[in-house]
Amino acid sequence: MSEFWKHMRKYRKECILGPAFKLLEALFELIVPLIIAGLVDNGIRMNNTAAVYGSGGLLALMAALGFAASVTAQYFAARAAIGYSSDLRHRLFSHIQSFSYADLDHLGVSTLITRMTGDINQVQTGINLGLRLLLRSPFVVFGAMIMAFTIDTRSALIFVGVIAVLFLIVFGIILGTVPMHRKVRSGLDDVTAATRENLSGVRVIRAFVQEDTQISRFDRLNDFLTRAQLHVGRWTSAMNPLTFLVLDLAIVLLIRTGAFRVDEGSLSQGQLIALYNYMGQILVELVKLANLIVTLTKSAACGRRISDIMQLSSSMKDGTADLPPGDLTLSFDDVSIRYSEGADPSLEHISFTAAPGETVGIIGGTGSGKTTLVHLIPRFYDVTGGSVRLEGQDVRDFRLSSLRGAVGIVPQHAVLFQGTIRSNLLWGNPDADDASLMEAAAAAQALDVLDKKEKGLDEPVEQGGRNFSGGQRQRLTIARALVRRPRILILDDSASALDYATDAALRKSLRSLPYHPITLIVSQRTSSVRFADRILVLDDGVCVGQGTHEQLLETCPVYREIHEAQQADAAAEGGMKS
Amino acid sequence: MKNREKHSSQMQALRRVLTYVRPHMPLLMLSLLLNLLTVVLSLLIPILIGRGIDCILAAGNVDFTRLLTLLGQIVACIGASALFQWLSGLLNNRLTYGTVRDIRQDAFRRIQVLPLSFLDSRPVGDTVSRMVSDVDTFADGLLMGFTQFFSGVMTIIGTLIFMLTLSPLITLAVFILTPLSLFVARFISSRTYRMFRLQSSTRGEQTALIDETVGNQKLILAFSHEQASLEQFDEINSRLEECSLKATFFSSLVNPSTRFVNALVYAAVALIGALTVLAGGLSVGGLTSFLSYANQYTKPFNEISGVITELQNALACAARIFELIDEEAQTPDPDKPEEPTSVMGHFSLEHIRFSYDESRPLITDLSLNAAPGTRVAIVGPTGCGKTTLINLLMRFYDPQSGIIRLDGVRTDAMRRSTLRRNIGMVLQDTWLPAGTIREIITFGRPEATEEEVIAAAKASHAHSFIRRLPQGYDTPIAEGGGSLSQGLQQLLCITRVMLALPPVLILDEATSSIDIRTEQRIQKAFAAMMQGRTSFIVAHRLSTIKNADIILMMKDGNVIEQGSHEQLLRNNGSYAALYRSQFEQ
Repeated sequence: MSEFWKHMRKYRKECILGPAFKLLEALFELIVPLIIAGLVDNGIRMNNTAAVYGSGGLLALMAALGFAASVTAQYFAARAAIGYSSDLRHRLFSHIQSFSYADLDHLGVSTLITRMTGDINQVQTGINLGLRLLLRSPFVVFGAMIMAFTIDTRSALIFVGVIAVLFLIVFGIILGTVPMHRKVRSGLDDVTAATRENLSGVRVIRAFVQEDTQISRFDRLNDFLTRAQLHVGRWTSAMNPLTFLVLDLAIVLLIRTGAFRVDEGSLSQGQLIALYNYMGQILVELVKLANLIVTLTKSAACGRRISDIMQLSSSMKDGTADLPPGDLTLSFDDVSIRYSEGADPSLEHISFTAAPGETVGIIGGTGSGKTTLVHLIPRFYDVTGGSVRLEGQDVRDFRLSSLRGAVGIVPQHAVLFQGTIRSNLLWGNPDADDASLMEAAAAAQALDVLDKKEKGLDEPVEQGGRNFSGGQRQRLTIARALVRRPRILILDDSASALDYATDAALRKSLRSLPYHPITLIVSQRTSSVRFADRILVLDDGVCVGQGTHEQLLETCPVYREIHEAQQADAAAEGGMKS
Repeated sequence: MKNREKHSSQMQALRRVLTYVRPHMPLLMLSLLLNLLTVVLSLLIPILIGRGIDCILAAGNVDFTRLLTLLGQIVACIGASALFQWLSGLLNNRLTYGTVRDIRQDAFRRIQVLPLSFLDSRPVGDTVSRMVSDVDTFADGLLMGFTQFFSGVMTIIGTLIFMLTLSPLITLAVFILTPLSLFVARFISSRTYRMFRLQSSTRGEQTALIDETVGNQKLILAFSHEQASLEQFDEINSRLEECSLKATFFSSLVNPSTRFVNALVYAAVALIGALTVLAGGLSVGGLTSFLSYANQYTKPFNEISGVITELQNALACAARIFELIDEEAQTPDPDKPEEPTSVMGHFSLEHIRFSYDESRPLITDLSLNAAPGTRVAIVGPTGCGKTTLINLLMRFYDPQSGIIRLDGVRTDAMRRSTLRRNIGMVLQDTWLPAGTIREIITFGRPEATEEEVIAAAKASHAHSFIRRLPQGYDTPIAEGGGSLSQGLQQLLCITRVMLALPPVLILDEATSSIDIRTEQRIQKAFAAMMQGRTSFIVAHRLSTIKNADIILMMKDGNVIEQGSHEQLLRNNGSYAALYRSQFEQ
């Protein structure tokens, strides 16, 4: 909350002026019953037509003043709310940029997106309504009470009582039903999920003859929802009758007391009418206030969720050293990692060394830890045992920007961003000129992609790169990584969409790069790694073989098994599928 | 013409709604009656209060006897009106939610028996939104809206009558001035519409950027692209700030403006009223009653104009739901189903003719005989009818003519459930229900023991994956597989079949995204599983095809060649040609 006010300070003027003008509007409204009292007492009772016209004019004036005040208030409220939430969006987005891979895994991308969009919008609504109504409603309610006191103390006591009772009823019901509404919401979510499941899984459900089970499950969820709805309905439908009951009874009491006061001469008829009118204003504002509180609670919850994220600092500590210039030697020294406590380790006791210019192949089944292994080099994750070293120094010692600047990675999923081919390639190195972009594209076998597109480097890329085929995307992402002339190049199963000839040409051109990066190739195909200087065979996170293709065929049964299976199917790949 | 059609479909929807409401008809009638009483009583109160105020003129001039009688009447009115209002609210809830529950139940039951041809032709999201949001809109709009509409109209009519009895002149003034606030509100919202459109398109642009960047945050980190992303974000953010401010501000003018108009109406009533009082046409109490009517009178107007669109919307929603409920079900199971005595897995198809679309024939004359224990590999290009064959074997679709028999019994003479219990199926499109890993595996056999589950998982080589998940077999998985890789999802599908192990297997060689090594293990497990079982395999891999007892070479919906690998090679037909062109280098 203090965090909230710290950043709200920028809008101090709006935060004061908005509610102030709102109060002014309320004040003009509160004067209306007094004018009516005057109309009755001075105009009608005194048979004074001029006073009647005067009062009518005053009423119109109050309406106009109230309108002006409230428009001004709306303006300031909107400015503060929108300004604050734009600023919040900026801060949150910028904060997300500081999270590490582990933080992102832990938080989940969809959570972050919800925080950035839905939650911030809710905060914006909350601030806007809060500035407009939070002061106005209590002001009207208590203002009416105070005005009542100025008219007649004895009658005003009725106001005190009725406000207390109405307050209890309205807030009791609205706040009390919040958890019930939540239950209805989740009941509805369950019904939705069950329906969706039954449609998307219809073949499996029918194949396993589970229709009746599904029906009884649905009926259970549906009945639960109906019960929850009826439950909350019982309370909400009591609210209107109950409040009107209390208010009307209070009015009866007011008139009865007022009759005696008028009879003894301490109150006029006009004043009694004014009191009656004040009573009417209370209820409307109380209901508004209670609804506002619900909105504000929701906004506060969203605000808390956002501030939870804002308070998380990156779980990865940045290093201080700069990477030494020149060629690098990479070594894994008894490396183990587990993603969360209690889970089985994803990698165990991995050791190997790669000299400058060497190519390392990493092969293994799904979930064997291949991607995890290469992610440790640019410190996307930190090891939980052993160390990853560059030139003998632990990668955790280096500044992240320095370390990652030296690594070119081509991820498994070839993702391009909205923009142009050029803007995507510049990700690798914002300062690169066109000649080096073309050079990288040539090495990545992506020149013909550029040739095929009318505008070359300026060809627009749609969101997710959907106007490019999988193979084209893959080659462009390889080019993107090469643009920075990486000292370590990581290809994470990134030739899977390439045909055999392109794959071979790519491997050849990577070997003849004018600079000599350590190249790590992750693959499921022995054909992609067989020419590597060293191949690591992973099985369930353990390195079960290390050596050249020929050595492994001799010594490693797992490798041999993979190779033989692929030999048998090598030609069948893609063949009969078409 | 179109309008009349729309109208008649709305009438039809309304009639269907009434069939659902009919069982609750007494509730509805009672609720409307209570509603009417509430409106009359609550309108009576300001009049009685006005009369009461007329009893209190000045010091020493108070008519206490009359006042007390009046107050007694007011209290009676208040009590009765509050009670009636509450009761009618409860009745409405019961009516609404009960009807909604019945409709949802019927719709869900219908989904279970709708033919797959219907379900396949419709996006899932569409049907879900019919079942959930349409039913909700319908409930809110039609049932709640109806009572609101009813009491709104009653209030307006009642108020007019009551006001007319007090003073026709002032009534006329109120009657003319009130629609002004409606007009102002509509004027502003039509003007702000453009700003809102700009706001929502800019917001959409920003959301797309957030989706793209935060969704690929890891890539941004990998390329140290944080600063550039932030700049891009800020550019959109400042545009959004500007247009949001305009949209929010201008739209927030609606309330003050209508309040302003109402305040002017109030002033006019006060002025004209007071002058009428002076002229002797009205009492002060009458003026008080008028002023409180003037305050209340605008409310039902605003409500009703909203409710009418809502009612129309609700009827449209109802029509969409009934379209689903009234859709024709698949042919029911026979009254006296035949049961094969013991299923050995002998499948035969005789002269099957089938197409999804009558005008485009697909399978014209398909015959096939698979003895118990036969391994049938189905080979052919996309669209040759492989998936269709599965649809027919499982009776997801029925052929237009021809006979399918399982162990001599026509499959359309037995219950669908009998047929399907005897077939295990692994499709290429994996589908997993939401639940824990254990629940997913036991989907077809909820009563399976822990040992059986683990044994099945070991057999499909899923056990070691599962153990490495945060909570092992108790790890919850979202519908559609959640964060599981495609490979693991397929393993779970295979495990699910391993657990049930029926005499016939249908395997859509679901191997495209499982890595070769894992697949090798699965193939071995499959081989063990297929021992003595009739299996139909949509095959892509040479090893699978070679090991099959019968290869069905399909083309354009028909089996063009049938036989073992060696036989077909010897025949030197299309299979041999395909084999040489694609499997040999």
